[in-house]
Amino acid sequence: MRDKAVKYFLLEAGNLSAFTGKFFSKWFKPNYETSEFLKQCYVIGVGSLPLVGLTGFIMGLVLTMQLRPFMIDYGVESQLPAIVGIAIVREIGPVITALIFAGKIGSSIGAELGSMKVTEQIDAMEVSGTNPFKYLVISRVMATTLMLPILIIIGDAISIYGSYLGINIKGNTSLQFFWSQLYDSLEFRDVLPAFIKTYFFGFAIGIIGCFKGYNSNKGTEGVGKSANSAVVLSSVAVFILDLLAVQITDLMGFN
Amino acid sequence: MNEKTDHKVVLSIEHLYKSFGENKVLNDFNLVLNSGENVVVLGKSGSGKSVLIKCIIGLLKPDSGSIKVFDEEITVLSNSGLDKIRERVGFLFQGNALYDSMTVKENLEFPLRRHWIKMSKEKTNELVNQALEDVGLAQTLNMMPAELSGGMRKRIAMARTLILKPEIILYDEPTTGLDPITGKEIVQLMVDIKNKYNTASLIISHDMNCVKLAGDKVAVLIDGKCYAFGNYETLSKTTDVQLKRYFE
Ligand SMILES: Nc1ncnc2c1ncn2[C@@H]1O[C@H](COP(=O)(O)OP(=O)(O)OP(=O)(O)O)[C@@H](O)[C@H]1O
Ligand SMILES: [Mg+2]
Repeated sequence: MRDKAVKYFLLEAGNLSAFTGKFFSKWFKPNYETSEFLKQCYVIGVGSLPLVGLTGFIMGLVLTMQLRPFMIDYGVESQLPAIVGIAIVREIGPVITALIFAGKIGSSIGAELGSMKVTEQIDAMEVSGTNPFKYLVISRVMATTLMLPILIIIGDAISIYGSYLGINIKGNTSLQFFWSQLYDSLEFRDVLPAFIKTYFFGFAIGIIGCFKGYNSNKGTEGVGKSANSAVVLSSVAVFILDLLAVQITDLMGFN
Repeated sequence: MNEKTDHKVVLSIEHLYKSFGENKVLNDFNLVLNSGENVVVLGKSGSGKSVLIKCIIGLLKPDSGSIKVFDEEITVLSNSGLDKIRERVGFLFQGNALYDSMTVKENLEFPLRRHWIKMSKEKTNELVNQALEDVGLAQTLNMMPAELSGGMRKRIAMARTLILKPEIILYDEPTTGLDPITGKEIVQLMVDIKNKYNTASLIISHDMNCVKLAGDKVAVLIDGKCYAFGNYETLSKTTDVQLKRYFE
């Protein structure tokens, strides 16, 4: 039983690596599917915006309201914008947004490619002289890689605005003061690593969704499975990448 | 490219073997298709008919044997070489394989993408309309595949196959899953297409109507081999027990 699980894990990891390798080998060759890429950017980016905005807003608001009593107890209430801002920009914003994104986009890519595979639409593309890997996989992975960082920036901004409102529920802080507090405490080394890792999150979510869909098993059950495992695997990947990112930035002295 | 009438034999398959693990699906299969001829391949479910035509179009790699399409050995071709052949060979999938996120128009334009840059908008529209008229569904241009009935989807899939005026068409069970009347219409369409464009076709089917009306020759696939080959009249009078079951 355990042997089987280990074997399955290794096989899956090997196949995912090969799939990623194929992505790069095709990616380096020019003539991209530009219109499909732009369409995916729109679908993936604009489509996720309401969800990302809503969750970001609630997160900023709630985080502020939860932290506030403690900050008052320790007499550092004025530090609230700085604490919340750092938490959001460095960690909570990227990870929560990436998880929401994995749930929404990872599953839809997994299901879409899965059903295309099962109904032979991918084979039909191949026969029609269009490379399905380029058309479907490269355009989607590039779209998730480029769109997630943008979504995270927007999500962070909305979150911080939520936090500002949260402070103002029981108190009175001007936006200007809030902003200057935040601006003084946030440093370049907080923002840059947090920003860079989001590209890796986006890439991982896209490639895992495509991998799961592209290798879907026959039958409708196979489609559901690939959508489901795309979400699970890409969510785990986000956490693992986050862990790696914090280790690397630590080693580089950015922390 | 232009010497299409020079070819007598457009497709020849010799000693084709293909297995999946222990499952020997094709086992020394041989077949010849001449230009302007319709050959029907009969065989029961799971006998490897789909595997056979997927080998012909290069979607599956056979284990050994030779497949020559227009005198070109496709088992050794590179991707770009294979593309050149695929331009001239139409493939109708068993399940239609229409792109369900695209409209009928976009579906039909998809095979034209390979000529993307060279082809003008007018030419594209002309080809799309022509193909839709050939299958009698001009009014569906902007509909989605999900809005069409099974028979209509089959016709759209045929239109998509036809749009590049292929010299060979491979039909994978074109009438399966349709009611007998619609099935007959599809068979009639296949005959019309053949007469209009003088294509050669390999038709996979177990529909006797299809065999009688559309097939010039019949090949019976049993145990991975081409068990019998001939015209319908001869084969239907057979006394061979194995064969007889197919013609009752
Ligand atoms: N990709 C594959 N991997 C493993 N086995 C396969 C694969 N494709 C087909 N087979 C096996 O090959 C055999 C023939 O399948 P095929 O789809 O060609 O049948 P068929 O003659 O087209 O049947 P039907 O009339 O039901 O369409 C089956 O036993 C099937 O399990
Ligand atoms: Mg089949």
